[in-house]
Amino acid sequence: MTTSTSTSTSSITTAGSRARQRMTMKVLVLLGLLAGAAFAGFPVLWMLASSFKSNTEIFEYPPRLVTESFSFDAYVTILTDPEKVRFFVNSYVVSLSVTALTLVVAILAAYAFSRFEFRFKRPLNMIIVSVQAVPPITLLIPYFGLMVTLGLYNTYPGLILTYMVFTLPYAIIMMTGYFNTLPRELDEAVRVDGAGSMTALWRILVPISVPGIVSVGVYTFMIAWNEYLFALTLTKTQDMRTVPIGIQLLMGQHSYEWNEMMAMSILGSVPVLILFLFFQRYFIGGLTSGSVKS
Amino acid sequence: MITTPTTLTESAEPSAPPPTRTPTQGPARRRRLGHPGEPYAFIAPTAVLMLVLMIVPIVLVIGYSFMDNVITKKNPEFVGVENFVEVLTDGVFATALGNTLFFTIVSVVAHLLLGLGFSMLLNSPLISRASRAVFRVIYILPWLFTAAVIAVLWRMLLNPNGVVNYLLSSDVEWLSSPSLALGAVTFINIWAGYPFFMISLLAGLQGIPADLYEAATVDGANGWQRFRNVTLPQLRPIIISMTLLDLIWTSQQFALIWMTTGGGPIHVTEMLSTFTYKLAFSRYEFALASTSAVIILLLSMVLAFFYVRHQRARD
Repeated sequence: MTTSTSTSTSSITTAGSRARQRMTMKVLVLLGLLAGAAFAGFPVLWMLASSFKSNTEIFEYPPRLVTESFSFDAYVTILTDPEKVRFFVNSYVVSLSVTALTLVVAILAAYAFSRFEFRFKRPLNMIIVSVQAVPPITLLIPYFGLMVTLGLYNTYPGLILTYMVFTLPYAIIMMTGYFNTLPRELDEAVRVDGAGSMTALWRILVPISVPGIVSVGVYTFMIAWNEYLFALTLTKTQDMRTVPIGIQLLMGQHSYEWNEMMAMSILGSVPVLILFLFFQRYFIGGLTSGSVKS
Repeated sequence: MITTPTTLTESAEPSAPPPTRTPTQGPARRRRLGHPGEPYAFIAPTAVLMLVLMIVPIVLVIGYSFMDNVITKKNPEFVGVENFVEVLTDGVFATALGNTLFFTIVSVVAHLLLGLGFSMLLNSPLISRASRAVFRVIYILPWLFTAAVIAVLWRMLLNPNGVVNYLLSSDVEWLSSPSLALGAVTFINIWAGYPFFMISLLAGLQGIPADLYEAATVDGANGWQRFRNVTLPQLRPIIISMTLLDLIWTSQQFALIWMTTGGGPIHVTEMLSTFTYKLAFSRYEFALASTSAVIILLLSMVLAFFYVRHQRARD
């Protein structure tokens, strides 16, 4: 009797302290989340705010998030300057071409890796995995020499080919991971019926792989859009420069037009931000299934 | 196996499909489907690209590293290991190596800790799905910006008259002071790079079966013990993969350094990548730059070896 009452009272108090503990935990988690959000988000917010300020107000004291002179002037300046618009055109041409070519080549390779056994499969696979570790700076010097020799220096094809060495390995690894999750019976049934592998791949496997293809495409586009080192070295003339180099060129001018640099940064990030926001579900799923579980 | 009637009937059901499947599997089926050369046709574009864009350049750069000078010189001559001696005894190379080590190790440790912390906060059952989604997007933001944007942004924030100095009531020149610059670029890189860790760890956390935690709770484990004995061991493979990948990527960082400090002031933020780049494109010493690039390649291959071995072990 005595023992049972004592345990029931103690369980009541533990229930009460549990609820209190839970409340404290919730507050702590929220505080942690807010602190993290400030760390991650404040610089981005400041960039956005600065793009609407006048250049003199960027370093005013004390600093304010929103100033009286709120305007879109910096954006207008950039979007009406043909030289700067050209940076965007170049980035779109290069990034979209890289994405399309990478997807085609990677889908073919991933199909082989996922559905066939063949000699050299393991060494090839190992090469593709280890390519991720080859430092870009190591490739830069021979590429510079090669591109000049081949007449591809300062051209779109030169940049597009170059970027594929970085996009292709990820695309193949992610795409193979995705195909591996799809039952073999799907495409093999078609092949048993006498259709070729190409038909099985493009008619059956590719249509149901759209989520995987989207995530690979978004990631490929991001890599190409953001590339800096090779864009800097393998292009020479102003009309071949891409957005990251354009931002740097703006930074290198004598008078710092900070509001324009921030506006250019925002405009230069919009494609990636939009792709990410629209496809984040596919994207995060695809990225983790490829990079983590492969 | 066949002990009781119940297990027999149970096992009879699932084992029914395999016998019907076996004839179509194995060599018989493989012969029927396509030519033996088929996979090679699918692989061919990749193989050609990898050969032209990877194998040939690596062979070339190794060749360059043994020449007196290349690209600018018409008939380069073989000079043996002379370039290697020159690069390895260069004081700036040693500085760059030290800086790269500091930058890489501090960044990766911080990426891991922030990524783990944020992913656990985001995975907390105490907050609603909606706020979790909003926070997740905010936390991923830094990763979506290109290095050029991150560099300009932080140059503005860390400006002597900038908002960081205002918030800290200080007036230091973060990026041009010899004692602060390395710490500052490392901090910027930490800000820019933790989300990739976070996404992977979040996926890992969501993959941990809930009954593992229930069992631990039943055994009387407290929060810390559950973290140490359930969460960490479950995340271990992801943590190892991500750490190795991040070590590889961070040690190769170029764009961020180049656009914030350019390796200065007086080489305090010089990295192996900026050192090599300057050799090639400021001094036009392409052979020495190739030597430095080959040394970086060798260092990276050590990390790559562990990465590939770890990935294989997980398959």
